[in-house]
Parts: sequence; structure tokens; C-alpha cells
Amino acid sequence: MELSKKDILDIGDLSVEEINLILDTAESLKEISTRKIKKVPTLRGKTIINLFYEASTRTRTSFEIAAKRLSADAVNISTSTSSVAKGETLIDTAKTLESMSPDIIIIRHSASGAPHILARLLQQSVINAGDGKHEHPTQALLDMMTLREKRGSLEGLKVAIVGDIAHSRVARSNIHGLTKMGAEVALCGPVVMMPRHIEKLGVTVHHSMEDAIRGVDVIMMLRIQFERQGTNTFPSMREYSKYYCLTGDRIRLAHDDVLVMHPGPINRGIEIAPDVAYGPYSVILNQVTNGVAVRMALLYLLAGGK
Amino acid sequence: MKILLKGGRIVDPSQNIDSTMDILIEGDTISRIENTIDPVAGAQVFDLKDKVVSPGLIDMHTHLREPGFEYKETIRTGSEAAVAGGFTAIACMANTEPVNDNRSITEFILKQARLADMAHVYPVAAVSKGLKGKTLAEFGELKDAGAVALSDDGNPVEDSGLMKNALEYAYSLGMPVISHCEDKGLASGGVMNEGLVSTLLGLQGIPNIAEDIMTSRDIAIAGYTGTSVHISHVSTAGSVRAVREAKKMGIKVTAETAPHYFALTDDALKGYSTDFKMYPPLRSREDTEAIMAGLQDGTIDAIASDHAPHSTIEKDVEFDYAANGIIGLETSLSVSMKLVDEGILSLGQLIEKMSTNPAAILKIPKDTLQKGATANITVIDTHKVWTVDSERFRSKSRNTPFQGWQLKGKAVLTIVSGKVKYSEMG
Repeated sequence: MELSKKDILDIGDLSVEEINLILDTAESLKEISTRKIKKVPTLRGKTIINLFYEASTRTRTSFEIAAKRLSADAVNISTSTSSVAKGETLIDTAKTLESMSPDIIIIRHSASGAPHILARLLQQSVINAGDGKHEHPTQALLDMMTLREKRGSLEGLKVAIVGDIAHSRVARSNIHGLTKMGAEVALCGPVVMMPRHIEKLGVTVHHSMEDAIRGVDVIMMLRIQFERQGTNTFPSMREYSKYYCLTGDRIRLAHDDVLVMHPGPINRGIEIAPDVAYGPYSVILNQVTNGVAVRMALLYLLAGGK
Repeated sequence: MKILLKGGRIVDPSQNIDSTMDILIEGDTISRIENTIDPVAGAQVFDLKDKVVSPGLIDMHTHLREPGFEYKETIRTGSEAAVAGGFTAIACMANTEPVNDNRSITEFILKQARLADMAHVYPVAAVSKGLKGKTLAEFGELKDAGAVALSDDGNPVEDSGLMKNALEYAYSLGMPVISHCEDKGLASGGVMNEGLVSTLLGLQGIPNIAEDIMTSRDIAIAGYTGTSVHISHVSTAGSVRAVREAKKMGIKVTAETAPHYFALTDDALKGYSTDFKMYPPLRSREDTEAIMAGLQDGTIDAIASDHAPHSTIEKDVEFDYAANGIIGLETSLSVSMKLVDEGILSLGQLIEKMSTNPAAILKIPKDTLQKGATANITVIDTHKVWTVDSERFRSKSRNTPFQGWQLKGKAVLTIVSGKVKYSEMG
């Protein structure tokens, strides 16, 4: 089976078969990163551009490493040192880059829908590395890969996603992905952090963390998005963490072998206690490792055979 | 110059007429309207069999962008777009640069309109100086200069005390106040309707109550002071309910909506096209149905385009950063014809909402098809099917949400003060 898409913009648009194809491919490519010589020639001669309009450590590095392990040439553009700082528009930047014949453009942007503008405009494949509050599809794919690896299947898994759902692109991508793959998703957060009509996506909504995580197989904590909060969304960090921080005490409410996930970067002590983040239930670093594999899979599937 | 309109179906709600008659125009005036008028020497004759002859349509809510934003639209291109859309008169909002809050800008707009010599242009001046919502503009002087109404459109008058004073002072001068209903605190940061679609798209939503609350506030002020208020671009079921109740209570409130608020929902935003971004935003199916019900039962008095031209500089950007507004002068009538096709309004009621009522709300001369009246006339081919192609618009801008739509019904002849300003009559 081949991926018939030009772009990867949202999980909402992927079928179960496509998600399985990506995860299967990622699993087989993961081994490359454990070799002594961590490189295969698959994408030799392909050019991949990382166009990041927002700060990023893991996603940008992960895409770059994924490209390099497949022998593609990866170019990073950060907006603070490019013509974007001179006021160039997204569309003009995109057309300029297109003229240099890349094969894939990976974009992160603070405005929802920015990758869709590029995808419409460009011949090249576009991968969404996170757009505003919309989606972060590679994060959901690496999360699903991690869960599949640890639990064999996503079918019937009880997953609680806790935190600022309204501002979270990770939550949206995971809601689409996990529900498609048969998991049961419970969302948890204060009402001001719950987007309207989210329950129509086939999830349950909770405002008490204790209710939400009782007996679950997976707890996915979200980072509080300081940079996306409006004014007065909630009174204080102190009060937020009192009700919604994943602590050693709270975790005992979940299933005995619960998995704790977090897309990073974490706000230590605010949504997750440090001892939980690096404790026995945590798979946070497995997520990072799988991130490289998932991104290798996408680059391979989009540019490999072509 | 004489023009003879032969065999058209005259639909004039201002005098409750719907019958086939001929009209003779001499100079700028309708000189005869009779069952049959024999050919008159020297008259240009239009055979209007199967066409509808309507009093000139009036679009009471447009933005012509001049002075200040001439790259988006000018009074000339805007009024050319108006006549192409069947409008013989348009009112233009005050959010120009400089703002139309003083005599010299009002006079400038009227001068440019005279030079363009297309549609009649009625300036709407600002309620507050600089549209800043702090101090009242000089309504009396603006009225003397030729402004017909007052509005801070684009912005609400947030201070309820200032709004109360504005309604009272304008009322004493006989000037209508047009309110842009938006609670800034609730709408803050929003770029589309708040609902499932905004949740899916990850765009910040604007809840219906941002409009409902201000509509109710303005009605309360008008009710308390005994003055009148006109609610602009109604988009929510809640606003419709509030206006309906207020009218029942005898409060002097009138309301307008725009074609996109009954023809489109926020579903259209999937794909992030900025041609669907405007304020108020496209709402839900429940709202569009309430708007149509409000049009049908008379709660909503008028249909206006809220023609808001923007160039690609403002629109070819990320959705969050794009300017609010769409153009509508050249599609307003045709999109609204769907209400007639679907049996929601009779043709006479549609013309009432696009001609007779706007004139009454703005207190400008109403267009009417009777002997001695100024010959402002729109001829509509209700059967004509056409495809919207923004490249062919007279407007300078292309930001229409109806690009590529196939529409039925179109203005094919527009006569302003006895002169043909637009014709598709071959």
C-alpha cells in the first residue's frame, strides 16, 4: 500500500488504513536509529525544508534527524533570521522556497490553517508540524506508535487527555487519531479550557481530574500554553496545578500499569510533577524516540518512491 | 432624452403594484406609467417582456474606502459596482481615513459621487470622533453637509452612556443611528463563529452572545429613551428574537441582514479561505434559519450587502491575520433572489427589503414608480442564470465568498435619475 496523499495536514483527514500504514512503516524504520551507522540512502538527493515560524526543540530536531537518517538534505529556516523578519508574507516565502525545488516542506506556524495555504499553493508535499490550535499530526502519530508498541493495540484503550484542550493542537490530533483507532477518550480540564461542542467528536468531558483518570490505561498530560492564553482564563498557575497537576497521589487512581505521556516541553510542577514525568509509568522519552521514526516514515512515504 | 420601458412586470411595493405596464421617462423623471404607451418619437425603447421592473434598489450598508484606501475601492468603482448589481443608491460607512466625522469628509464623498455620476451615494457619518467611542461627532454639522445617518460601523459604541446620548441627540435631529453590535470582551481575539467548526479548525470563536448582548443593550436604550435604533448586519438567532420582541413592545427598532447571513454557514470556513472571514462571522444553520424566518415575518426590515472591499494584501495571508469583510454589491440581489425561489419572500417583499424599507430607515427619498417621481429604476431578469466570476466585477476588489456560484436572477438594466447607468439589454 502506498500513501496516496500529497500532504499531511491533519489526522482528521487520514483513514485508519493510512494511520496503520504510517505506524507500520515507522516501526520498521525505527531500527535504523539503533544501528552503529544510523543512516540509509533511501532519500539521497531529496531536499527537505524545515520552515518554523514558532519556537521548537524536539519537533524541528526530530524532523531534521529523520531526514538525515534517510540521507535527505535538510535545510532549516527559522523566521527570526530569514526574510520573514523583514516582513515577507507566508505566500511570498513559500513561492521563493518552491523556486529552489525542495521535495517536502515542513511547516510550523502559530496561525491555524497556515499549512493548508502552502499545500494549496505548492506542488511539493507539505507536512504540518503544528499549526496554531488546529493540529499537530506527527505528535499524534508518535503517541499512537508509542501506545501500540506498549499495549499492542489501541482498540479499547482508555485514554484521559488532561489540560488546556481548547488551545491544544496535540489534543485535537490525538482525539481524531485515538477515536479512529478505537480508543476511548476522556477529556479533562476546567470549562474555560474546553472548546465548544468537543463532545461531538465522540469523547467524554470531565472537569474533575479524579473522575477523568480513574481506571484509565493512559494519561496524556498537556502543556499549559502560556503563549496562547488570553487574559483571565484562570486565576493563577498555583490554583491550576492544585486541581490539574498529575502528582504521585493522583496517579494511583488510574490503572495499575498506566502509561503517562506528555508531548513536551513540560512545565515542571504545573501540569506534571517531576517525579511523575521521569517515574516508572512515564513513556515521555519513548515518545521522543518514536518521533524520529514516525517522521522518517512520513518522509519516506511522501518522497520515497517518487 | 426619453426612455420607454415596454411590457415589463411592474413590481412596486411602495404602492402595492404588481402588473404589466409601460413606463416613459423624460429627463430625470417618470412622465407616464400606463397600461400601454405607444412609441414616442426619439425615445430609446427597451422591450421588457418577462422582466421585472422595480423601483431602484438601495443598499444601505457599504464601504467605499475613499478617502484613504483607494487601492481597495473608490467611490467611482464602488458606485459602478452598485449599478452593475442593480442599486441606484448606496449608503457608505464612515470608516475611511480620515474618518467621516466632519463636514469636509462628507462633502468630499458627495463631490466624488457627483463626479462618478453612477449611483446616488448617501454618506453615513461617524457617531464618535475618529470612531473611538469617546466623544460625539458634530451630528448637526454632518447633517447639514449631507450625511443621512450615523454609525461607528466596524466598531461598537462600547460605552452605553455615550450610546444613550448618541441616540437621543440624533433623534432630536431626525437622524437614524445604525449600530454595529459587538461586545468586544466576548468577541476578543475571535476570527470566526464559535461552534463545532471553530473547535475543529482550531480558530478562536466569537460566540453569538457577543452580538445578542449588544443588540439587547441597544434595544433597551432605545426603549428607555423613546428613540430609534437600526441594528446592522444581524447574524444570530438571538438578535432576531430580541428585535422581534422589541417590535412587539413598540420599541422603534429596525434591522438589516446581509445575504451571506442566510446563504452561508460557518461550514464554509473548512479550508481556511479568508473570503469567508467577516464581522459578524458566518454562523450556524440554526442562525441562518432564524434569519430567514425574521425576514419572512418582517422582523428584519432590510437586506444590505455590507460590501467591504479588501485587496490581496489584506486577504492573501493566514486566516488569523486576514482583514474582516467581503464584497457584495454585485451579488447581493442575485443571492437574495434565492429567498423568492424558495418561497420565503414574495418578489414584492424582497424589493421592499432592498428598496422601500432602506429608504424609510435612512429617511432618504424612496424610489417609487409613479408619475412625477425621479426615474430610479432597476430591471431584473428573474430567470437569468449566471456564474459569479469576480474577475469581471466592477469593484476593485475580489474578496467574494460566492466565486463560482451559479445564481438565478440578475439586474439587467439600472436607470439612475433617468439615465441608463448599466445595461445587459444588448
